[in-house]
Amino acid sequence: MSTAETPSRQEVEELLYEEAALLDEWRLDEWLELLTEDAVYEVPPTDVPEGDSRNTLFIIADDAVRIRSRVKQLLGKSAWAENPHSRTRRMITNVRVLGVEAEEILATANFTVHRMRYESVDTYVGRYNYKLVRRGDKLRIRERRAILDNEALRPHGKISFIL
Amino acid sequence: MKNPDEDYIYEDRDSGIFRVNRRAFTDPECLERERRRIFETCWIYVGHESEVPHAGDYRSRNVAGRPVILVRGDDGVVRVLLNTCTHRGAMVCRQKSGTARIFQCPYHAWTFDSRGRLVGVPGEDSYGDGFKRDDLALGVPTRLDSYRGFWFICFDPAVQSLYDYLAGAREYIDLIADQSELGMKVVAGQQSYSARANWKLLVENSYDGYHGLPTHQRYFSFLGDIGIDLKGSNAAAPPRQHAADLGNGHAVVEYQSAWGRPIAHWVPSFGEDRKAHFAGIRRRFDERFGPERARRICETSRNLGIFPNLVINDIMAITVRTFYPLSPDYMEINAWALAPAEENAQDSALRLDNFLTFLGPGGFATPDDIEMLESCQRGFANREVGWSDISRGMKRERPSITDEMQMRAFWRRWNQLISDPALRRARSAA
Repeated sequence: MSTAETPSRQEVEELLYEEAALLDEWRLDEWLELLTEDAVYEVPPTDVPEGDSRNTLFIIADDAVRIRSRVKQLLGKSAWAENPHSRTRRMITNVRVLGVEAEEILATANFTVHRMRYESVDTYVGRYNYKLVRRGDKLRIRERRAILDNEALRPHGKISFIL
Repeated sequence: MKNPDEDYIYEDRDSGIFRVNRRAFTDPECLERERRRIFETCWIYVGHESEVPHAGDYRSRNVAGRPVILVRGDDGVVRVLLNTCTHRGAMVCRQKSGTARIFQCPYHAWTFDSRGRLVGVPGEDSYGDGFKRDDLALGVPTRLDSYRGFWFICFDPAVQSLYDYLAGAREYIDLIADQSELGMKVVAGQQSYSARANWKLLVENSYDGYHGLPTHQRYFSFLGDIGIDLKGSNAAAPPRQHAADLGNGHAVVEYQSAWGRPIAHWVPSFGEDRKAHFAGIRRRFDERFGPERARRICETSRNLGIFPNLVINDIMAITVRTFYPLSPDYMEINAWALAPAEENAQDSALRLDNFLTFLGPGGFATPDDIEMLESCQRGFANREVGWSDISRGMKRERPSITDEMQMRAFWRRWNQLISDPALRRARSAA
């Protein structure tokens, strides 16, 4: 396994902005194409933000099978919490490339995600930790962890879309 | 319907009709009554002993609307202290959890020990003879007791013992507590969420077998996708299931379920390589309890509602969930995962995985439940439609888990406590 070259911040930003656009537009099948075949998507609990999903109860800890199932459900009819779909708008800032570990590129970014539904606006605030890998001339997402600064999902109640 | 403006419950046993006045979900005055007559007279769940394993360990949390501290004192005794300085009111504990020898109020530095005793007052010589430290220990709830590691408080000195209060629910708590030989433990990580809905809608939902298929279609499709046989044992014989009124407003549904259970009910998605290991765990249950009880513990799922606001669902994992209304149309919800203390790391990871497929604010089911509760609450704005129907299975001799007997058990107890006794006496006299 060779060590990855550190990408420019601009290249990482382009990936994260593209991801945000696909998620906000509910183009979830296309979003899956940004992920590796073994991708992981996690949201730790608000009281153990640095926890490990193997021994801590997370809010979301999807392996590749569950990510794909989640997308299929969200694009189907019976994910009632997202049928009709929420409107979401993601602000991705403070993107930093932290370094490289073997073939993985570590990056982080701050997020503010507004979710609009039934005339309520809920705001999710936090940061993403990414592990990216290079596939051909593209960067792909192997791990995305959305770490909430919100102290509780109140009044949000749920994370039913992809945060 | 008699007294439509006054009664919360309409019940006609002869014709099998049970209805709940939707004002019970929307009326601020009703919530005020609930605070006084339910949350201050019933045993309310605080936490599990495993959350404060060592001397000085504490958790501060809101219980029945009050900030309290669940703490194990330096004497090893579990206590609940009311988190307000007896001097002028500030909260003496401002962390969510930790280990402490003392709680010092940041306002004037009054200091309390881990048993709640006042042990330090700066400038104490400025007080008169009548000032006694003993009078100014941290407040405590009127009653405190535990059953199999679950700690409860009550603010009513006249309440019956916790043991008697739990009534038939003890049998089902036992089926969960017996899953460990060392004691069950709460796993790290609290799911702190909410719903824009009345708290009693979550009570109803937590053991509602009727909503399973329509509300949770996508979960069952997911189970199918990962190779779980949803028909399962149904082919040979209908799966065993029952619903029970456990007394004092508690109720349960218990049933054979398609999903795998981390206590010894293996399914292919757990992995072929784990099959023998699971069979080994099951054998240990057979040895401890005999085949019948072992089968019940391992192969059946149960959704247990303990009146008024504690749910313990032992399903594809175990969740302990409690909730409290901030307004008629909004509640805060806290949920934890419970697991056997001796479970190995691999089994524990599998349990948490299984938990998250269905449960919690990011699972494949709970968000849809919340959606439905919030949808009901919005629907209630149609005041012209004044009643909800909870009659299902009322005339059936053996209630099914898809009936609504368990909800009626809750509502009857709720109504007994909430109704104005004077008004009821006047009505029966008339």
